[in-house]
Amino acid sequence: MAAAAETVRIPAPRDTTAARIVRALAKTPLQLLLAGIGLLWLVPTIGLFVTSILPASFISTSGWWKLFAHPSLATFSNYSALFHTAGLTGALKTTAYIAVGNTLIVVVVGALAGYAFAWLDFPGRDWLFVCVIGLLVVPLQMALIPMFRLYNTFGIGGTTLSVILFHAAFGLPFAVFLLRNFFVGIPKDILESARIDGASEIWIFLRLILPLGLPAIASLAIFQFLWTWNDLIVSLTFSVTTMNVFIFDQLRQFTQSIDVIAPATFISLIVPLAVFFAFQRYFVQGLLAGSVK
Amino acid sequence: MEPLPGAAPPQPSEEGLSRYLAGTFFLLPAIVLLGIWLLYPTVYTVVRSFFGQSGYLGSWVGIDNYRTLFTTSTLVTAIKNNAIWVGVVPAFVTALGLIFAVLTERVRWAVAFKTVVFLPMAISAFATGVTWRFMYLQDPSQGAVNALGRSVHEAFSSPGVLSNALPSTTSLQNHGGALVLKTPLHPGGVAILGLTGIAPQDMPSGAKQAVKPAPKSGDVEGVVWRDFKPGGGKPGVVEQGEQGIPGVTVELRDSSGKVVQTTKTDADGSFDFSGVAAGTYNTGIGASTFAKPFGGYSWLGPKLITPALLIAYIWIWAGFAMVVIAAGLSAMPRDVLEAARTDGATELQVFRRVTVPLLAPVLSVVFITMIINVLKVFDIVIALAPDSVQSNANVIALAMWRTAFSGNNDFGAGSAIAVFLFLLVIPVLALNIQRFRREV
Repeated sequence: MAAAAETVRIPAPRDTTAARIVRALAKTPLQLLLAGIGLLWLVPTIGLFVTSILPASFISTSGWWKLFAHPSLATFSNYSALFHTAGLTGALKTTAYIAVGNTLIVVVVGALAGYAFAWLDFPGRDWLFVCVIGLLVVPLQMALIPMFRLYNTFGIGGTTLSVILFHAAFGLPFAVFLLRNFFVGIPKDILESARIDGASEIWIFLRLILPLGLPAIASLAIFQFLWTWNDLIVSLTFSVTTMNVFIFDQLRQFTQSIDVIAPATFISLIVPLAVFFAFQRYFVQGLLAGSVK
Repeated sequence: MEPLPGAAPPQPSEEGLSRYLAGTFFLLPAIVLLGIWLLYPTVYTVVRSFFGQSGYLGSWVGIDNYRTLFTTSTLVTAIKNNAIWVGVVPAFVTALGLIFAVLTERVRWAVAFKTVVFLPMAISAFATGVTWRFMYLQDPSQGAVNALGRSVHEAFSSPGVLSNALPSTTSLQNHGGALVLKTPLHPGGVAILGLTGIAPQDMPSGAKQAVKPAPKSGDVEGVVWRDFKPGGGKPGVVEQGEQGIPGVTVELRDSSGKVVQTTKTDADGSFDFSGVAAGTYNTGIGASTFAKPFGGYSWLGPKLITPALLIAYIWIWAGFAMVVIAAGLSAMPRDVLEAARTDGATELQVFRRVTVPLLAPVLSVVFITMIINVLKVFDIVIALAPDSVQSNANVIALAMWRTAFSGNNDFGAGSAIAVFLFLLVIPVLALNIQRFRREV
């Protein structure tokens, strides 16, 4: 009996080293394919960086990949020269002011409106909300001509403020949409008990909604920051020299100077990359909230 | 959501009034911003599109601005190009995103892969345009894309020994790339194949003084040499100081033009076809000798600029599609997939019959989002396309900007293009908003 039972028993699959190697080998083509694709996605940015650390005389005749054959050519002199180029520091500052300034406005104004649409009861609320969401369809091209005129009439054309307000307004429909949807999910009891305790709406907004809504607010802020840091068309139209406009001007010059364009472009993209890596989680959350939800 | 048709007027009670005031306080900043920067401009632009070029409103022109939109060639190009964008980009981005999302599920370093592919999303479309402009440079020794093209090209056909050489006398004529001696030869004849237009540094190494071989019965012999020496020399005559060209492919063609023998020249440029049957033959230098090296595609030229832009744009957005689809994939019921596999479905069948149908809602979100993005595309075009080809690369948003600003300052036509863009975007976004209303 015992012997029969012994023969029937199916040996448990053992995770031998050989089995593991076989499994890994089966996946090798896939791994190679994905590694190749990943490389394809990295090369342009690496190329830009390498271009930016090569002397102009070299890069105007050779490819950047030759650096790997002549590593001693690498130099940061393009960068130090760039910071002595007229207008660069100003452009960097302007870009930062615009990105930070309009993000603050969008977060504050959007959170106020999001709270009102989520938790305040007043006539016409839902219709008004649909109207605000409906404004998502307006492409910013619709506002360039009228605002260009209006700004010039009021003499604020070319100011940082004009671009900040423009971005803030166009960021609002999405901000209201995102924050209202998040705030609606905050448990009602918390708000109700605060109201019964006699808390004012302002107190509730500042002490309950903002802290509880922080994840959504962070997503929104990152999005808005990146979106406006990366903008070209708005600042170009209103003649405000941001980093992108600075690079664009260089690009349009008769003799293009790669040794200025490449490092300037790299600086302009290293900031959003840093923000992205620091807050990757919020970024992806916001993306999913905006597109899937 | 419960719409409130004929909403009740605010209650005159103190509580109702205070709520109303609270609502106003919380909403006022948003309403002011949206009113001044979105509502007023929208109305103004629509009205402005029926008026002429300059002035506060200009003069009434009716629908002329819209007519221009479909009759001016650069604007028609813009509309056509945008149609290509809509036809190509959403499909490719969604497909790539789906493939990447499914494939990364099977490797351990999925997070690293996703991060890398997603990176371009954080970078501005403008910076991406500048980056790819370097990638696309035509000279293969500068532009990475053409450098890759050159290595692929050279793996299949290496450039000829002499890409720029020309015949030194009219006795040689071009025959589909090959240079063939006009006068036919019989066995025992000697072919004199002189070339010029060869820079000294382009001469193959190991070249020696050219030697005209002595005739030999039954053989066709000859010499290929650089028919030039300092001072000029006499064309068509092998002289002291003129070098033979080694390594050149020489062809022997019969009277019907068919190649019957090939050989390579020696260091002194001489060659020898032995055992040639009686008859008349033409001798020539093979076309491969003159093959041009790969000069690079003109990605930034008028013909290829739109494909070049599409590639760069798909490169940006594939990561977005991948992340959204991967999120949909991870929310998918695993047991359905497992059941299909247990029933003996192959991986491809599972993918086509189960994964894709279940992901359909997510895929359509990505697709619709991409249509909207592509309709409004601007930054990457203005960054990647050099000024000289911007008319060829034109898209609606760029046409609007170039018409209204950039020196033209035609606010009437610019407004009409903006309204046209607006009208294109509305139905697509309406789809998204409708979906949103259903979900709330």
